Amino acid sequence: MTAYIIRRLLQAIPVFLGATFLIFSMVFLLPGDPILALFGDKTPTDAQYAALQAKFHLDQPFFTRYLIYLGDLLQGDLGTTFRGQSVNDILIAKFPTTLRLALLAIIIQLVFGVVVGLIAGLRKNSVFDYASMLLSLVLISIPVFVLAFIAQYFLAIELGLFRATVGRGAPWADLMLPAIVLAALNFAYVVRLTRGSVIETRQQDFVRMAYGKGLPTRRVIPVHVLRNSMIPVTTNLAADFGILIVGATVTEGVFNVPGIGNELFKAINQHDGPEIVSIVTVLVVIYVLVNLIIDLLYGVLDPRIRYVR
Amino acid sequence: MSDKLPVRRMAHYVADADEGGLGAVDAVRVSERKSNLWLDAWRDLRGRWMFWVAGVFVLFLVVVAMFPSLFAPVDPFSCQLSDSNAGPREGHPFGFNFQGCDVYSRVVHGTSTSLSVGLIVTLIIAVMGIVIGAFAGFFGGWIDSLLMRIGDMFFAIPYVLAAVVIMSMFLQNRNIFVVSLAIGFFGWPATARILRAEILRVRSSDYVMASEALGVSRVRTMFTHVLPNSIAPVIVLSTVGLAAAITAEATLSFLGVGLPPEFISWGNDIALAQNRLRTDPMPLIWPSIALSLTVLSFIMLGETVRDALDPKARALR
Repeated sequence: MTAYIIRRLLQAIPVFLGATFLIFSMVFLLPGDPILALFGDKTPTDAQYAALQAKFHLDQPFFTRYLIYLGDLLQGDLGTTFRGQSVNDILIAKFPTTLRLALLAIIIQLVFGVVVGLIAGLRKNSVFDYASMLLSLVLISIPVFVLAFIAQYFLAIELGLFRATVGRGAPWADLMLPAIVLAALNFAYVVRLTRGSVIETRQQDFVRMAYGKGLPTRRVIPVHVLRNSMIPVTTNLAADFGILIVGATVTEGVFNVPGIGNELFKAINQHDGPEIVSIVTVLVVIYVLVNLIIDLLYGVLDPRIRYVR
Repeated sequence: MSDKLPVRRMAHYVADADEGGLGAVDAVRVSERKSNLWLDAWRDLRGRWMFWVAGVFVLFLVVVAMFPSLFAPVDPFSCQLSDSNAGPREGHPFGFNFQGCDVYSRVVHGTSTSLSVGLIVTLIIAVMGIVIGAFAGFFGGWIDSLLMRIGDMFFAIPYVLAAVVIMSMFLQNRNIFVVSLAIGFFGWPATARILRAEILRVRSSDYVMASEALGVSRVRTMFTHVLPNSIAPVIVLSTVGLAAAITAEATLSFLGVGLPPEFISWGNDIALAQNRLRTDPMPLIWPSIALSLTVLSFIMLGETVRDALDPKARALR
């Protein structure tokens, strides 16, 4: 297990370096003047231009610039926005809300997804199975901003079940609707994975063995079938998380949740280049870390993984 | 015995014809109908209602995208502010948006934007993924490791976020091709990975060994036997990827870093209508329905094709 952890940690380092390098080069290698691009529709004065050139070390060679950027990043300095705010401060202020929203969404998607997937898998080809497959197809097809507006219009504005936008301090009750929208994105994938996995696991010899030694269904299903079916669902959480990041940006924007995603949403709207890049970098670093953690978890859950080369 | 020169210094031994009773056992039954992966898949597809529903709808979308004026004669750019948010009336079944443009016409004319982006992104991803995946799978060794690690780096950035960064640097001259490139540039690792894995699997098959043993060069074996037999998962991934690309374009346009207003994009129209969701939801709902139906039909097509091509998925059904 230790060897597995060390190997996986070592693998994460080039990915981290590569991903940050990619973002860095995207900003500085794209055609056009990066400083003018950062200003969007506005034009900088000569003094502003010179100051920015010095600030971004544009007089230095490309690789030196990357090393300076990486050094800042590793020291936890994420830069400043055009409005002069430190991105670190924004993160500290906004991150807890996003974390709560994401946690709520993950809990909803896992609980409902696993339950629906399990029932569908156990009753393969039943009406419930077909209905859940159809629902998951439809949910996969609706883009997140459309889903957010549908939920906002019908559940909040028409029916009044929830508040249409999140209030000050983002209480848990207000976060429910955005969380449901976020959860709906991955719910479909969780249902399908659980269903397929349950169908496959049920045909395994150890399940037949469990029945053969006289265990009742109420013990075989949760202990033998469900637990072993959870492995692909867990691994897929990493991919889910990528969808969640993009989803959170849109959902927080629509519901005005005071989180990181909303900050990115606003930065995109205002063409605030430095802020967009800083927030995307943070999100990518979190994504790499979450992938790492889930891979390690995978090793814990499934001993077979640890011994593969 | 053949008196041909041995290819590549490999001697060919041809056994004497079997005069015993085994000949009948070994004989190929010519009367049996032809069977291969693609034919089997087509037979499987033919019998599925979901394939026909999705396929016909996709064809319909293609026709609408190519000849939008046939379906909506009203010019999508001729907008009268006096019609702002007006309801449906004769010749304008979906009513008008805030700027007084005909919603139905804009929905119809937006089809070609979505389909073009989806198609171009899919082509970019397929070409990049196939070239990189085939190189990695064919050469193996350090080239394989290097390409796959580079793929990991691209994979570590969710492609919509990457596209947001690229597009926010690209303020002028945005067009369908630029948006497609921004979406597709980070989308290839999944295709490359799956093709590489498939090539590694196929390469160890007996027929590939037989081809090489008969003296066919490795490169030729690669093109005649390995690639055609490993391309099925790429096709499945591409069909579903087309749907994802359409969603990505709409999301970017919705966020304001996609296509500029001179292009008719469902994402743009939805973004425009969002502020008046409470009072006038219809200009938002119509493009949303068009977008979702388009994505749904491509996903359904991808699902049925996957089921037809993947025997394992067939068993799970």
